[in-house]
Amino acid sequence: MPALPLDEAGKYVAGAYVVFLTLIVVYVAIIGAKIARIDREVTELNELLEGEE
Amino acid sequence: MYSKGFKPLAAASAVTLSASLILVFFYAPLDADQGFVQKIFYVHVPMAIVALCGFVAGGVMAIRHLRSGDPSWDLRSYVAIHMSIILGLGVLVTGSIWARASWGHWWVWDEPVLVSFLVVFLLYCVYYPLRFSIEDPERQARYSSVFAITAGAFVPLNFVAVRLAEAYTHPRVLSQTGGSLPGEMRLTFLVSLAAMGLLFVTLWKLELTAKHAAMELKRLRRRLADRQPAAVA
Repeated sequence: MPALPLDEAGKYVAGAYVVFLTLIVVYVAIIGAKIARIDREVTELNELLEGEE
Repeated sequence: MYSKGFKPLAAASAVTLSASLILVFFYAPLDADQGFVQKIFYVHVPMAIVALCGFVAGGVMAIRHLRSGDPSWDLRSYVAIHMSIILGLGVLVTGSIWARASWGHWWVWDEPVLVSFLVVFLLYCVYYPLRFSIEDPERQARYSSVFAITAGAFVPLNFVAVRLAEAYTHPRVLSQTGGSLPGEMRLTFLVSLAAMGLLFVTLWKLELTAKHAAMELKRLRRRLADRQPAAVA
């Protein structure tokens, strides 16, 4: 198959890099949300312990 | 515990990823045969290499778990496999896009490189149901480690398949003679590979830290719940 013209090839290249970046961004967002939840729960536990004391 | 050295690692990943993108689009020459589409190579191949190395690393960590009985090695192995599956998904999608642009088809079943990677990917997809179908944590860790070692030993077959493949569209990138890539392309590829490796280790550490913190929190809650009835009594 002959090489695709730049305008057509650009779509495929952009698509591949967007897939890669999307995977990383979604993954980091999920882990970030998990860490935020843990942080919130630690704060709750601290408040609970301070209330007991 | 796992977050040691995370910040410099994350910074190094960001710098090398930016450098690799700059090299890919502003330094590496256009491929004489495939033209601009060949730029997919710099994201697809490093991702595939790092994903396969991650699967093997998961197996090595599982060996350490079985030898030492330390559950932290099982956690490390699990996260390495999890990360590799995510990258593996990226490999399959970017590979399909490249196949469509180069060959005119989204998937070619008689291409051993593609099919062998799909087989490895599907094999590791079995890891999740196996792991989470076992409730007892000790058995779960032990069975998962056995799976990780067995599957990890299967992964090098994928490399053998690549070596045996005759398709000219998957050129041998790095060989004993230094590969068939011209200098600029080789440098760009090596920087992309380093960036992908650093990204893998950074995200692996990030997930390990999150999982460890969640486990510690659960333990703390349990201890607090155990203490409360005693305090009431």
